[in-house]
Amino acid sequence: MGGIWALDNLNLLPVVASSNAPIYDELFNVLFVIGIILFVGMTGLVIYSLIRFRKKPGQVGDGIALEDNLPLEIFWTAVPAIVVLFVGLYSYDIYERMGGMQSLSTNSHDHQSMNSEGRVWGGIGLTSQDDIEKNSLPMINVDVTALQFAFLFNYPEGEIVSGELHVPRGQPVSLTMESKDVIHAFWVPEFRLKQDVIPGQPTVINFTPTKTGKYPIICAELCGPYHGGMRSTVVVEEPEEYQAWFKQNSKQKEMEL
Amino acid sequence: MSISLPPATENNSNSLQPTGWLRFISFSLDHKVIGLQYLVCGFIFYLIGGVLAGAIRIELLSPISDFLARDVYNQVLTLHGTIMIFLWIVPVVNGAFGNYLIPFYVGARDMAFPRLNAVAFWMIPPAGLMLITSYFINGAAQSGWTAYPPLSITTPAAGQIVWIVSVLLLGGSSIFGGINFIATILKLRRPGLKLMQLPMYCWAMLGTSILVVLSTPVLAGTLILLSFDIVAHTGFFNPALGGNVIVYQHLFWFYSHPAVYIMVLPAFGLVSEILPVHCRKPLFGYITMVYSIMAIVVLGLVVWAHHMFTSGTPPWMRLFFTIATSFIAVPTGIKFFNWVATLWGGRITLNSAILFSCGFIVNFVLGGITGVALAQVPFDIHVHDTYFVVAHFHYIVYGGSVFVIFSSIYHWYPKFTGKMLDEKLGIIHFVLTFIGFNLCFAPQHWLGLNGMPRRVAEYDPQFTLINQISSVGALLMAISTLPFLWNILYSFIKGEKAGNNPWQALTPEWLTTSPPPVENWSGEAPLVTKPYGYGEKNSDEGSSPITQA
Repeated sequence: MGGIWALDNLNLLPVVASSNAPIYDELFNVLFVIGIILFVGMTGLVIYSLIRFRKKPGQVGDGIALEDNLPLEIFWTAVPAIVVLFVGLYSYDIYERMGGMQSLSTNSHDHQSMNSEGRVWGGIGLTSQDDIEKNSLPMINVDVTALQFAFLFNYPEGEIVSGELHVPRGQPVSLTMESKDVIHAFWVPEFRLKQDVIPGQPTVINFTPTKTGKYPIICAELCGPYHGGMRSTVVVEEPEEYQAWFKQNSKQKEMEL
Repeated sequence: MSISLPPATENNSNSLQPTGWLRFISFSLDHKVIGLQYLVCGFIFYLIGGVLAGAIRIELLSPISDFLARDVYNQVLTLHGTIMIFLWIVPVVNGAFGNYLIPFYVGARDMAFPRLNAVAFWMIPPAGLMLITSYFINGAAQSGWTAYPPLSITTPAAGQIVWIVSVLLLGGSSIFGGINFIATILKLRRPGLKLMQLPMYCWAMLGTSILVVLSTPVLAGTLILLSFDIVAHTGFFNPALGGNVIVYQHLFWFYSHPAVYIMVLPAFGLVSEILPVHCRKPLFGYITMVYSIMAIVVLGLVVWAHHMFTSGTPPWMRLFFTIATSFIAVPTGIKFFNWVATLWGGRITLNSAILFSCGFIVNFVLGGITGVALAQVPFDIHVHDTYFVVAHFHYIVYGGSVFVIFSSIYHWYPKFTGKMLDEKLGIIHFVLTFIGFNLCFAPQHWLGLNGMPRRVAEYDPQFTLINQISSVGALLMAISTLPFLWNILYSFIKGEKAGNNPWQALTPEWLTTSPPPVENWSGEAPLVTKPYGYGEKNSDEGSSPITQA
């Protein structure tokens, strides 16, 4: 009961701002309820036993000589096994819905050519293939370079290099990331997604933003003295605003044309 | 089978050893002295590591980097992690209690290799001193206790190299200890004592030592390669020279995940010794407990990549390690249910030892639940490398192992010294530690879920209040060590005399004087076939669990 109250009334998670986030929150809620039941149950048993079976004044002698009980032990082997199996299958389903099982070649499209020499790992966050087809909007590809202590976002189509990530609401985005120096990590809590940015090996992360606003991009891997300050912003805009930003910043290229 | 015991008089080496307090600062070969050396040495490092934790909590009182210089902050968090793991928990739950108790439990007069045992201990103080003094000379390592390259290659080399040498020494010490425990448990049992009659701590130490011997050499090899990258500019892990940084992570976690079990399995064993004594009941489900330990050992070796879910691991690997990790919850769960069943129907004395053990159960259950959650790739991808993980592993290693260390000190102090600890101070210590610990770490789950990464000196100002609450908890934890220290020192001088067996325990270390003689028993070692033979039916004299051989 307390757990369900907590889920409803405490802000346990940040704002939902990507198509990935509600799926994550669904998993979180299930794990949270199971966890609360187990924790309260075990704690209750311990406290109850300590009170009920405490040695009262004047009592002498031992407790009952109970050494084992096979049915009971089978029961509490089977119950956790079933719970764990359920959690595992359920989280596999969630993982698949988050796009974790999709082969990366479809994810990174023409980006593959850029990284032809190496394998590309990562790639969660595209949600399901259905979403993309329903959407039928083209994927926005952005190359991310991480370095001590900043993220740089390069839009190959507009030849834009930006310190902020601008993305339109509702359109899938694919980031191909590589680090210039040490390992960093790209994390947007509101998207519920994180991917390490590794030197010498590109990694991919995808997301479809669903809510306009400015969200922090946080480096989550210790990367040096200014690790705590290595932050940027992802600006999720309405498509028109995004187009305006894109045009304004890629103007130079248009003039050349 | 087991070899016969040498007669007590053959321990000539011991007669050349210093006596009195000098034993404790000498190259003593007595397993009991070595055990206490580990314990006291570990506790000193715990206090140092605690001061470093305090510095971190002070820095995090405000969202800006203001208390420590940024590189110093990274040195402090690196030293805090390294000290607490390699100089406090691992040496104490293995070295201290293992050395003190295992020879008693197997009915031996000492460990299998007493000199190796002393060498293993005496590698620890220099390694620890080196690690700490590196801070004052050229600055300590600042790439975290994980020392991920390329950061560990690009940060100042001197501190990192000292860190590597120090961890290599500590790992070597741990391997020596592990070999010694395996040999002692398997080959030094007194005649007539069967494996399935051993107290549970022996099984825990057997399992732990297998993990130590199998996985620590991998860490050593990895760190040697890393040191080549730093001093000789080789390219094993340096992408600029064609190396691969992910390979380091696999090798590192191949040791460092089992290291978690090296810290908690002995604690599981110690709790299994403490609960039956103060509940006056047999340990519930001995056989399933043994199999659970062995299952944890096997599974513990194949779960390491759950630390690397965001490192660019392919999907099949993510799934394999999710499943393997989740299933560790089953044998671990069995152990916790068995402990609760041990409490059930007992006649429990509510003393400090039992309170710390029950505190351990409650804390560890929470840490275990968040652990199963973290094993799920989609869950982990959001909270990996955040304060959620910080909270999780402190629930495991502090709420788990450190609570058990305190419980064990309350339980075995009368054995070590012949004096009782003060119960009132013990309960004050427990209440302060339990409240302080939960106040410090429970809110950190929320911090991680909402966007605070770990290992940062500055953070989003919206997290200020929760960080301050967490720091208040840390302050309570610091205060809680005062009644404990006072209790330990005061009771040593003026404590109530304990007698030989104040708890009326049945395990063999209590069937001798407190403190025990150098030979452990004045006569032959007792054959204890039922170390948990408590319970009403044993009150009639006919069925004593101890058979004198």
